[in-house]
Amino acid sequence: MTGAPLLTVRDLHSYLATSQGVVRAVDGVSLTVHEAEILGIVGESGCGKTVTCRTIMGLMPAGTLHASGEVIYHPHGERSILSARPAELQTLRGAHLAMIFQDPMTALNPVRSIGDQLLEAVTSHARLSRAEARARAIGLLERVGIPAPARRMRDYPFQFSGGMLQRALIAIALASSPRLLLADEPTTSLDVIIQDQILSLLLELQQDTGMSMILVSHDLAVITEVCDRIVVMYAGQVVEEGTVADIITAPRHPYTQALLDALPQAGQRGQLRSIRGSPPSLIDVPDGCRFAPRCRFVTDDCRSWDTELIETGDPEHTARCWRQHEIERADAWQQEQREQQEQQGSGSG
Amino acid sequence: MSTAWAASPSELLMRAATKAAGRRRSPIRRRLTLIAGLVMLGIAILAVLLAPVLVSQSPTTIDALHPLVPPLTAGHLLGTDQYGRDILARILYGGRIDLAIAFGATSVTLVGGTFIGLVAGYLGGRVDSVLMRLVDLFFAFPFLVLIIAIVAMLGPSIFNMFIAIWITSWVSYARIMRAQTVVAKKQQYVLAARALGYGPLRVMFRHILPNTASAVIIFSMVDAVGNIILAASLGFLGLGAQPPSPEWGAMISDGQNYILSSWWLATMPGLAVVFVGVAFSLIGDGLADLLRAGER
Amino acid sequence: MSRFGSLPRRLVHLVIVLFGITLVTFFLLRLIPGDPALAILGSSYTHTRAVAIDNFLGLNRPIWTQYGLFMGRLFHGNLGYSFFYNEPATTVISQHVAPTLFLVVYSAVLAALISFPIGFVAGLHRGGVLDQSSRIFFTLSFAMPAFWLGIILILLFSVHLHVFPISGFGSGFIGHLYYLFLPALTIALGFSTVLVRSLRSATIATLQAEFIDTARMKGIRWPLVLWRHVFRNAILAVVAVYGVNLAYLISGTVLVENVFSLPGLGTLLVSSVSDRDYPVVQGVTLLFAVLIVAINLLTDIVQAALDPRVGQEIGA
Repeated sequence: MTGAPLLTVRDLHSYLATSQGVVRAVDGVSLTVHEAEILGIVGESGCGKTVTCRTIMGLMPAGTLHASGEVIYHPHGERSILSARPAELQTLRGAHLAMIFQDPMTALNPVRSIGDQLLEAVTSHARLSRAEARARAIGLLERVGIPAPARRMRDYPFQFSGGMLQRALIAIALASSPRLLLADEPTTSLDVIIQDQILSLLLELQQDTGMSMILVSHDLAVITEVCDRIVVMYAGQVVEEGTVADIITAPRHPYTQALLDALPQAGQRGQLRSIRGSPPSLIDVPDGCRFAPRCRFVTDDCRSWDTELIETGDPEHTARCWRQHEIERADAWQQEQREQQEQQGSGSG
Repeated sequence: MSTAWAASPSELLMRAATKAAGRRRSPIRRRLTLIAGLVMLGIAILAVLLAPVLVSQSPTTIDALHPLVPPLTAGHLLGTDQYGRDILARILYGGRIDLAIAFGATSVTLVGGTFIGLVAGYLGGRVDSVLMRLVDLFFAFPFLVLIIAIVAMLGPSIFNMFIAIWITSWVSYARIMRAQTVVAKKQQYVLAARALGYGPLRVMFRHILPNTASAVIIFSMVDAVGNIILAASLGFLGLGAQPPSPEWGAMISDGQNYILSSWWLATMPGLAVVFVGVAFSLIGDGLADLLRAGER
Repeated sequence: MSRFGSLPRRLVHLVIVLFGITLVTFFLLRLIPGDPALAILGSSYTHTRAVAIDNFLGLNRPIWTQYGLFMGRLFHGNLGYSFFYNEPATTVISQHVAPTLFLVVYSAVLAALISFPIGFVAGLHRGGVLDQSSRIFFTLSFAMPAFWLGIILILLFSVHLHVFPISGFGSGFIGHLYYLFLPALTIALGFSTVLVRSLRSATIATLQAEFIDTARMKGIRWPLVLWRHVFRNAILAVVAVYGVNLAYLISGTVLVENVFSLPGLGTLLVSSVSDRDYPVVQGVTLLFAVLIVAINLLTDIVQAALDPRVGQEIGA
């Protein structure tokens, strides 16, 4: 069972200035990660999941970020770390907060050995002798499942496969025993079999160390396999939040429902189910519900509704839809198909 | 460029934001470099062409009564040299020689080198190997030394300077163009053209060349500066334009002996070289900004 | 798999290039319009000597034999005879090597000392004061002919400020450092334009790489990230440019030696051209080319040492 809150994000806004205008990548996101909990953040490409994580870590490109809101890492006190000084951030990173990125092929320095980069992480927050550090590094490589770790220490990134690199990155992230690991699409660039292995590894490590994790993915299947709780994001906002069980069995936001519908089932025949339309511009953000243009339950009032997260009735389960209790989900997609066929029939008649 | 499509939206967003942060100038200010360079070059060309209108003196007439006159004296804006010849007149007329080299030598090597690089890159195989080995060979020699050697053998003159530059400078263009062509060969638009059955000549000149020309054109600006300096260097060493030709390098060489008392003899022609050189550099920079902004 | 991967292939390539150099140098002499013997002997012309030269160079035999004779002599270190100095060309040349070598190394070091910090900081603080001002400075200095810049520096530092000597090589190591400072600076400034620009854009590109984020994520100090990750990678791009521009460097020595009256190979080349001392011209050209080949090899080695990926290329 999970424990006290570890990291709380309150009303986070993260805007980026581009030549086209200000992109409101994260527009009022709040979430909480508890101790020993795996929180999943799921959503389409461009919904703000990566920017949220990078803002938490303070790893956004310099000079482009306008961030407001609070990010509170409780063991460090109740002050927001968004405004932390570089020295403070440096203490936090590695030893408390760590992150692994999407593409393992570019996430490591190509001209230094894996061992060097791992040792750098191992010694960043601890005073160890050379022998101790090396032993710890080898131990870490072993723990993440890299065979012949002592020899592999001398290898360079180009000599590792994608899956091995991701394992090495996990080892680096865990080197200083962080309490929270942010994993941004850690399996997206890997093939399916390796994906599985990496996910199992992450799960194992989490259970062994009791650390918390934020797992970001656009793949709902991955999220539901591993996470305790899920946050669904759309167009820079959180649209639903709850336990995995609640989300899977009783999704309350039309977007979440559509995501679940879109998951291919084994043995399924016929067309793949997709969500028609595309996400709104994050520069000229529309009023009202941002999912309205693509929602099959939309009414006129939806477009002028000042959206907020509403309790669903289940404990700790909220959704950003004011019609959630009215909506009857049952087989929504099939109904939509029937409606479309009827329209086509009457149109050509 | 080939990785752009594989980046995630958040990556693209951050790249765009970083680029925007780094480029705080409006489109007009960005073009300023190019415009400034073109204006400067325009001034230089006009001044040189209109020399007879701008100065009344001839660049070669000796005036034994007024040697080493300092600048800003009546009738001699930039002073005179040890033979009483007006410096401004010599600079304007001498500019014809140096600008002719900048344009004449550069354009031939640009066209020739680009053609060879294009062919080598496109055909590949043995043609490519042979041509690139030849290019490597030329790169093994320091250009100035080779040019000096060639001019030494052929005899010092302006025309032989042209020949020496033509023989040696095409290699840079060939190397750049070849590298561009090799990459371009694998692009979709080339594969599509070939699938449509277009012959090699057409693919090379009407498809690959327009898309890759920016690199060599930008380089040609740098090369133009280099060629002017080269011409001046040869003149300086007495291997290019022969006296009494008012070539800038030769003027600087002459002026060296008078550096202690009459600094303007050597300084003025040098400033002319710098002026034209900066003009070409700015054009090159401006073009680079313009063309690369479009590519990404 | 050795880190230097294709070293044998590189050596073969090297030998081919060296042969090519000898070919070009050999043909240089054939460019002379008219009778080479007449040209070489100049005022020392006598019929006997002309015949001797004809035989020596094999001028009445097929071109292949001539080349063979040339190569044969080359392997014995014989570059011909300088009728102007009345000594074997090799002797004349070897007397002039030291100043040029010193100048080349000195300029290379100075160029690195100037351009690395400026380029790196300019890339880190893009659009900042250093970036903008260095851009202006280097655009100007790039357009300055090396010899003119040398003259201006002499004017400023030697004539008006009396800080540095006007000419000469000096004696002893410190003496050399002192006397050659202005000439080396002249060459280094011209060279630095490209280096600064290259390092600047490499730095900007490297800063955006994801492994920098990984490094920052570890919680190590930013200066360490800059040195071990940003600089270490950005410098790779510069090494390649460094080597390529060394040709420019060498050309610079010819002019600068002239301006500063240094008794080096460059001065020898120019004077032997006006003296019509063809064997020396040929010999110096050859030597310069060999120097460049050596520098390119050195660049390749440095690149391979810094970047473990280098030996991995397949094909040219």
